[in-house]
Amino acid sequence: MAAEDLPSEFDVVILGTGLAESVVAAACSRVGQRVLHLDRRSYYAANWASFTFNGLLTWIQEQNESQTEEVRDWSSLLEEGEELLHLSDTDSASITNLQVFCYTNEEDEEEEAESADPLNTTEEEKPEEFSHDVFIRSDFQTVTFLNQSQAAQTPGEEPEAARPHPSAAQSQSEPTRKKLSYAQLVKEGRRFNIDLVSKLLFSRGSLVDLLIKSNVSRYAEFKNVTRILTYRHGNMEQVPCSRADVFASRQLLVVEKRKLMRFLNSCMEETEEQQAYNGRPYLDFLRDQQLGDNLQHFLLHSIAMVTEDTPTEEGLASTRHFLRCLGRYGNTPFLFPVYGLGEIPQCFCRMCAVFGGTYCLRHSVHCLIVDRDTNRCRAVIDSRGQRISCSHFVVEDGCVGSDRKKMATRAVLITDASVLPGESDQQVSMVTVPPAAAGGPTVKMVELCSSTMTCVPGTYLVHLTCQSTGSAHQDLSPVVTMMFRTTESEEPGNEHGRPFVLWCFYFNMADGSAVEVEGHQLPCNVYVCSGPDGSLGHEHAVKQAEFIFHKILPDEDFCPPAPNPEDIIYDGDEGAAGQEENQGEQEIYLQNHTEHNAEEEEMTPKTTKEKDKNQSRPQTHRNTRSMQH
Amino acid sequence: MHGRVKVKTTAQQEEEKKKEREKKLKIYIAARDACFSKRKEGIFDDEALQLTQQLLSSNPDIATLWNYRREILMHLETVRDEDEVQKIYQDELLFLESCLKVNPKSYGSWHHRGWVSARLPRPDWARELGLCDRCLSLDDRNFHCWDYRRMVVRMSGVPVEKELEFTDRLIGSNFSNYSSWHYRSTLLPLLHPECPEQDSPRCEPPLASPPPSPQTHFHRVCEEQLLKEYELVQNAFFTDPNDQSAWFYYRWLLGRAELEEMISCVYVSREEERVAVAFSRPVSALSVGLLLVLDGQPQRVEWRSVHPHFKHSPVWICDLPPGTISDTSNEHNLTVHLTETHTHKDCALYTGRSESWCRDTATDQELFRSELSVEKTSVLQSELQSVKQLQELEPLNKWCLLTIILLMRALDPLGYEKETLAHFQTLKEVDSMRSAYYSDLCSKFMIENTILKMEYAEVRVFSISDQNLTTLCHLDQLLLVTHINLSSNDLQRLPPQFAMLQCLEVLEADNNFIESLEGVYRLPKLEEVSLKNNKISTLADLQPLASCPKLKRLDLRGNPITQTAGVESQLAELLPSVTDLLL
Repeated sequence: MAAEDLPSEFDVVILGTGLAESVVAAACSRVGQRVLHLDRRSYYAANWASFTFNGLLTWIQEQNESQTEEVRDWSSLLEEGEELLHLSDTDSASITNLQVFCYTNEEDEEEEAESADPLNTTEEEKPEEFSHDVFIRSDFQTVTFLNQSQAAQTPGEEPEAARPHPSAAQSQSEPTRKKLSYAQLVKEGRRFNIDLVSKLLFSRGSLVDLLIKSNVSRYAEFKNVTRILTYRHGNMEQVPCSRADVFASRQLLVVEKRKLMRFLNSCMEETEEQQAYNGRPYLDFLRDQQLGDNLQHFLLHSIAMVTEDTPTEEGLASTRHFLRCLGRYGNTPFLFPVYGLGEIPQCFCRMCAVFGGTYCLRHSVHCLIVDRDTNRCRAVIDSRGQRISCSHFVVEDGCVGSDRKKMATRAVLITDASVLPGESDQQVSMVTVPPAAAGGPTVKMVELCSSTMTCVPGTYLVHLTCQSTGSAHQDLSPVVTMMFRTTESEEPGNEHGRPFVLWCFYFNMADGSAVEVEGHQLPCNVYVCSGPDGSLGHEHAVKQAEFIFHKILPDEDFCPPAPNPEDIIYDGDEGAAGQEENQGEQEIYLQNHTEHNAEEEEMTPKTTKEKDKNQSRPQTHRNTRSMQH
Repeated sequence: MHGRVKVKTTAQQEEEKKKEREKKLKIYIAARDACFSKRKEGIFDDEALQLTQQLLSSNPDIATLWNYRREILMHLETVRDEDEVQKIYQDELLFLESCLKVNPKSYGSWHHRGWVSARLPRPDWARELGLCDRCLSLDDRNFHCWDYRRMVVRMSGVPVEKELEFTDRLIGSNFSNYSSWHYRSTLLPLLHPECPEQDSPRCEPPLASPPPSPQTHFHRVCEEQLLKEYELVQNAFFTDPNDQSAWFYYRWLLGRAELEEMISCVYVSREEERVAVAFSRPVSALSVGLLLVLDGQPQRVEWRSVHPHFKHSPVWICDLPPGTISDTSNEHNLTVHLTETHTHKDCALYTGRSESWCRDTATDQELFRSELSVEKTSVLQSELQSVKQLQELEPLNKWCLLTIILLMRALDPLGYEKETLAHFQTLKEVDSMRSAYYSDLCSKFMIENTILKMEYAEVRVFSISDQNLTTLCHLDQLLLVTHINLSSNDLQRLPPQFAMLQCLEVLEADNNFIESLEGVYRLPKLEEVSLKNNKISTLADLQPLASCPKLKRLDLRGNPITQTAGVESQLAELLPSVTDLLL
């Protein structure tokens, strides 16, 4: 047992592998701190994670399983003047109101179509008289498919005359949209990377700056968001935001184009005219610029992405941020990581591991050992009952029972078409859906295509996010039915209109934007990382990580660039004798990693090749691996 | 510094890099020398190909090595079979691609690529187009690539429609690109040629070209397409009115091709026994094959331009042999042939007349709208409206103001004269660096207007005083003018072109800043010259006047020259014909 134990002393112990925790881990490790990074889960990135379709189904199931907390007495590990502080081992409150809907057929339709009358093979859909495809799974333990038997019987037996179909010539010119069945989704499940949070990277935002500054960017690839859309008067419209967009826009009059360009140019500088509107709504300011309804809508909802009562100074600041981000990498201000957002925390974990950090998954901290006099955390007791000394402890908010008042509402949809089909079917779209009624939440929607490696070709992954007012389903299902089709909402003769939802799930997630780093009746060297916040960018987490890092190491540089592998001097070069065993291990580890990186860099240009997810994850430390069997 | 990664110091790194550089340089120089000596010996082998490849991949700008390489390749062509040659050239293209990746703007690489592509036995033009597209997507203004692309398009016969789509795409991604706009202007007339008959509903592709009427304008685009282009370019200049490329394209759209070369006027004077011919644009009489036929007899005459400065000129004159037409009781018929274009112009000199001329009716349409199109007025009117809209939003945009002026001129030069002048005033204020240009342009337009007024009045008097003229132009249009008044302007000289006023009798140019009279040269009928209050300071300035035989009255009051001692006698000597000298 002793050989499998972790080292008993670290500088920083971090519990939870969310974004902020991972950035702190990387930053500390980079400047030479000994970091132990743990997560009680079996996957990285906590609520920031991305799952394959199958992985997500498992995760959904896990959310409903009650976890029994084993209470043990650790007082034997205490020394003089110390006391125990128990941590909560579950985080049941962070995800609530989970609901899954499947609107596609359970089984593959293809074989049935083949066996049916060959004349009918061109028809795109079987007439569906009852919504037999809806599987509502509120009970995750006993997932039942209400129509299992019906789905098997569905072959095109319904009378052809029931609904006139387009002629063969017509259906040839318009390739039929073949729905993927649930079975196919499961079969292709590994090719999905479904994020729990939906965010984008502002191309001049703090996360991009940090990725570049720290060289962590080498571990990830990104795609441009290719267009900004907005939902207005029942239509999906493209928002012209760059010069090229404005030029190409067909919906704007030339005079509007001029007004928009002029506004975009002029608002970059602060003027007295703008200051006169401080404290007054941004909408008032926009109105007084005589921009017209179209432009006001675009500027308020899609560019500034604020609400009608946001003060002018705030609206202008967001507008400027948006504009500054334009053109750095493309025609929109946003980037999205290939393989999903869950990659980002993992990239920082990898950085931490490269500089000697130790990683253990399925490994938690049960309690803290606190020095009564100094109110400092001296050590932690891990889930194996080992006492590990540390100078600082960083923990995700779920483990300290922080009160979360704000909740974010989320929905994830797998659809069969884009909300705005264009020339290319590989568009990554950011969509703003203004509140239907005044005072309602603005819905932010990100539609990902298959080239982001988050869904299979022929499908789109749609993330919806808004502030919670009720349950996720209550908040978002009206928007979903407005913009998409399901078997519930299907109207005859409308097949080629809105995209069809194959599968979707709704949930609420705690919004971590209000969680404080310190306090919570915790020792002074314990810092709390909040879970994902509700905003579109990553500013909150990066700011928090930097704050925590400077609390731990006030005089150190935050994530300086990692050196090139060839510039690193290995201890062997210097022939230094009498190294600690621990250090020897680290160097081997580092060497292994640099080799590994070289391999990876060769691989990255071949983007078509599917990356092996397991390889891209930071490798678990030798100690940990041996401990797991 | 426990557990910290140790990194080499900069000094260490520098030292290593320096050593590496030195090593590389040594290898490079050795290889280069080897190449040169091999070439001297006339060795065209694979090794030489290898060597040049290595050198050129690190420095693609040694033209000598490319030349050597071409020599080797041409040699290999003679000794290898076609398949092998194909393979060699394909490898060459791959190699060039790697060179272009390092330096996408290397003259040598692009030129060599063109050479290789042209010699490739079985060229793959689609691939070459793809390469160009990739290059242009990285830098849409790489003119090397544009050049190469034009060659590829020519060689592979890409349909014009495809090329137009290509410009659509490039302009869509960034419209600040002259190359794309210009390319478009060359494609459109091919794809959508202007219908010769405005009434014909469908534009047929021009088969056997119909005999062009003298005023047919080539290189124009049919109206339907023009309207689309107007829309496109408006989108560009409304989006960014400070981008010149769109405005220039717009001016091209609104403009029309140059007038056909033709004879616009023939003038004959009995007294001087002289013929003057005016052309629609400057020509060289010697090269266009000008032939004068008098009463059916071709004449051997010597054509000369109005001023020795001009090899090309819109006005040419010749003297007839003495006595041919001097008898007023005879009637004569002249024909001037332009053999180059098989056109001619007749002119009859009737009995009792001392002079005669034949000229095209100079309507405003034909004369001065040549800068702008013959599009239907309604189209231009709506263009003017939209540019005016833009001007309301951008009152100080110079491109916008200038375009408004041009559109107004195209529509109704006289009707918009006042507004035009006001816009010129604004232009000079907002773009003071170019105020002289605007003054000249304004002068030109004012002269055009005055010519039009003169035409309508059917007189031979040209009067344009107090209009701030800074320059004179369109003087070829004033061939028949007998009396000109240029007083109270800002003129500094009467340029050589002024000699085109072959019928001029009276010249008034008081209150200007004239210091040079170059153009008052060999004007056969000039009798009176008034140059009060100008800047004529030396006798030499007045020298050209000596070539005008009939000059009788000269007013030089208020000029610096009057202060010179003994000027009167000097003038009497220089200009003996002058009887009425005012100093």
